[in-house]
Formats: sequence, structure tokens, C-alpha cells
Amino acid sequence: MSLFNKVLIANRGEIARRIIKTCDRLGIKTVAIYSEADADAPFVNEATETVCIGEAQAKKSYLNIEKVIQVAKETNADAIHPGYGFLSENPKFVTRCEEEGITFIGPSASVMKLMGNKVASRIKMHDAGIPVVPGSERNLENIEEALAAAERIGYPLMLKASAGGGGIGMKLIHTDDELKQNFDSTKQQAQNFFGDDTVFIEKFITDPHHIEVQVAVDGHGNIVHLFERECSVQRRHQKVIEEAPSPFLNDELRQELFETAIKAVKSIDYKNVGTIEFIFDNDGNFYFLEMNTRLQVEHPVTEKITGLDLVEWQIKIAAGKSLPLAQDEITAQGHAIECRVYAEDPNTFFPSPGKINSLELAKDLARYDFGVEQGTDVSPFYDPMIGKIIVHGENRNEAIAKAKAAINATKIEGIKTNLPLQASIMDDDIFKSGNYTTNFLAERKTVTF
Amino acid sequence: MMSNKTKILSPIPGVFYRKPAPDKDVYVNEGDEVNAGDIIGLVEVMKSFYEVKAETDGIIEEFFAENDQMIEAGQEIAVLVEK
Repeated sequence: MSLFNKVLIANRGEIARRIIKTCDRLGIKTVAIYSEADADAPFVNEATETVCIGEAQAKKSYLNIEKVIQVAKETNADAIHPGYGFLSENPKFVTRCEEEGITFIGPSASVMKLMGNKVASRIKMHDAGIPVVPGSERNLENIEEALAAAERIGYPLMLKASAGGGGIGMKLIHTDDELKQNFDSTKQQAQNFFGDDTVFIEKFITDPHHIEVQVAVDGHGNIVHLFERECSVQRRHQKVIEEAPSPFLNDELRQELFETAIKAVKSIDYKNVGTIEFIFDNDGNFYFLEMNTRLQVEHPVTEKITGLDLVEWQIKIAAGKSLPLAQDEITAQGHAIECRVYAEDPNTFFPSPGKINSLELAKDLARYDFGVEQGTDVSPFYDPMIGKIIVHGENRNEAIAKAKAAINATKIEGIKTNLPLQASIMDDDIFKSGNYTTNFLAERKTVTF
Repeated sequence: MMSNKTKILSPIPGVFYRKPAPDKDVYVNEGDEVNAGDIIGLVEVMKSFYEVKAETDGIIEEFFAENDQMIEAGQEIAVLVEK
């Protein structure tokens, strides 16, 4: 069963290591590209071949499409895995791969473009009969249009960048005055971050739960879901903890959610793995939020409950194979929790770059997807997440106990991390109850670590 | 009249910007007067933007870091001459 001869990984850190691991297991050679700041990073040492791709800043290295394509051609890579972030949701990159005859491990440029545009994807989903968060049906050209849409939708609402993602470019608005004050600056921020200043508004769901569904589609008409993930522990729209299954859903709602997700995927020409994000209100009403046309950071919790390797699925689908399993062969056992480890001060959340003098991981207690090791210099140029701690238990209480034990046994010195915050969440009564919303972290009484 | 020159240092490593956005003008030009609390530049660190501010009123005499330049923690960014 030949898949690919050589895969280039257009990414870095923990996800690059993750992809290399599966490629190694499948007997696929790997090419790691790295910036000057990552020359000594663990992922570089683990690939078959490595090529330095430029200076530290992402736009000069990992985001440089032509350089990445050039290296793929020079190394004769037959496929590229984009990981998450960086070029993973960049249709121009996908098109360049298509033009050069390099297989992009992910969906086509056109469906990526459609679902990557928040306004267009909302319209598409709405037309397919999928409930969407009430919002402006078009991009808002000016403040007058915004005020008219706000009048129709009602406050509070979210003003969002159409090309946005990762929780950036969003503003919560309560009144007409706030909308007037923030309209221009939000457009400006959207332009700066995403190169696209189009904005739209959405009704703000109070007490929201962020629950997403993992899907997989092959090129032979097979579509499956791989259950859901609860991702409501967030700070400023950045996920901190994810778990599967969701402690909020009952079986009836869960089934309805899966059917909706499958219906959504059927309405678009999607291929490979992806995630459909939904937002729930406290009454169990749910709405399409957005689709991530790539592998997610939190994919390990799904891997833990299903026993499957999603990177392997991505590679097989991209190589033209059928899905390894049918829907009734995909089962979930137990409960999984993932804690993201950020290089930041646990009190101020200020970034904490620096050299890791000492790193102890309790690998007998948890799965560690880490991009750093002892001695790694955590540079200031990239995302602050240095790794993830993932545990699995027979039930949620057991998973929480295991997470707590693993966090306490993990020692990182030289930089500050949010490990103390993660430990305190595992002890938190609201988290332990399983009934928490995306307001959970913000509403907690400030604890000083 | 005595004037006090102070160096403005970056407390953190990262990428220094003199402008709020690529297509905008710089926050301040060399020779400009500033008030305490005025932003003179940004340092991008791990996708967060830290505002570098003038600590006193004065004139920004010179910049030592350019727009889009990688800098270290403690690196000199500019010289402020207090009035």
C-alpha cells in the first residue's frame, strides 16, 4: 500500500513532530523546513531531511509560499502537510501546490476559500438548512449598514473580521455608541492581521458553549464524523482546555449535532479531515459558527477516545484511499482531556520567551505533544503554545484526576508557563461539574500563582 | 538649562515596529516632542503586541531600532531628551 514517498511539513514545533511521527510509522520520508530561530528545535532533528527556509519572522520563513514550494520541488516531496496555522488555510498556497503537481494534504483551494470566509460560509450553511448564528447576511461596508444590521439582530453582538480566525479581530458590542466607536478600528485590525478589512456582525450568545465536531471525507463519497469536542475553557477566544466527549450534551442533542455536521459537510465539496464549530446556548439551541478546513490543535482528544490516528487518515485520504473505517465502525471509549501549555506568566498572561533550563515530562502519566525539550530556546517569534498534555480515563472524573497528576508531575524551568493555571482548573468546582461556558475563565475569582 | 538623556529599552525580545500597521505612518519621528505615556513603538512577542511608551515628557532624539527589526530584551530602542 504505497501512500507517498516523501512529505514536506510546512510547519514547526509540536505539530511538525506529530506529523513526522506518523510519517515515520507509515514509512514515509519527511522534509522539515525551519527558520533560523528553529535551527536547534527538536522537530528539525527528527525529520529525514531538513532545509533552512529563512529568517525567524514567520513571513520570512514559514509563511513564504514561494520558498516552501521551491524547497518541496528541490527535495522532490510529493506531498505537503501544512499542520495548523501558517499556510494551512491559505487557498493561494493550495493553488500553488496544485499548479506544481504537489499533493496538498487537505481540501481543495476552492472549498477552503469558501469556508475560510466567515460571511460566505454562513450564507452557504444557511442555504443548506444548517442553523447559523443570526447575523448580517453581507459584509458591512460602512457604519450606517452596521447600525441597521444591529437594529435587526439586537444587542449584544460580536463585530468580527470576515477573514478572521484564532479568536483575533472580534469585538463585543453592547450599544450603538460602542458600535460607532469600534467599527473603524476593527476594520483596521482586520486589515493588519488578515489583509482583508471586511467585517460583519453576529448575535452574541450569552452563556455560550463551544462544541465542535470532527469530520472526515474521502474522494469516494464517504463522509463520517468522529464525535465532538468541548472547547469552552478559553481566554480571549484562545482555547486553554479541550475535552471529549462534551459534558454538556445529552445523547439526543449529540445525535442531532452529528446529523447537522454531516449535513453541513455534504452540502460542500469537502475532502480530508476538518472540524465544524458550533455554538450552543444554555437551552441546547445550537448554531454553525465556522469550519476549520484543517487538522485542529486539539485533535489528540479525539484520537484518545477513538483510538485512531487522524494524521494517518489525512495522509491516506490525500493519497486517494477510502476512509479506513465506516461510521458504524468508529466508536468512542472513555473520556479525554487536553491541557495546552503556554509560555506565559500564569498571572499576567504576559509572554515568557527564554531558554528551557529544565524539562521533566511524566510520560507514564500522559501523552505529551511537545515541541520543546530541555535546552530549547523558546523564541518570541511564534505562537506561545509549547505543547499539550493529553490524558484519557474511563470516565470524566478519572480523566480529571489523571490530568491533575500529570500537570503536577510536569516541571518546566527557565520560562514561565500556565501549568499552575491548568492545575487550578482541574481543582475548580465549576469545571469539575462539567457545566461551564466560554465565560468560565473570565468569571473565575483571580487566583495568584 | 540642563537636559536629561534617557535610553528607552525594550523589556522583552521580539520584533520592533515603529508603525501601528504596515501602511500607516510611524508613531513618532526623530525630533518629535512626546508626552509621558505616548506610544513610540510596538514590540511583537509571541503574537502579542507590547506598547513601548515614553516615560516622561521630552523629545525623541534618535531611534536605534528600525521598523520590523528583531530585538533582544534590554536592547536600546531610542533616546529621549527630557526638557
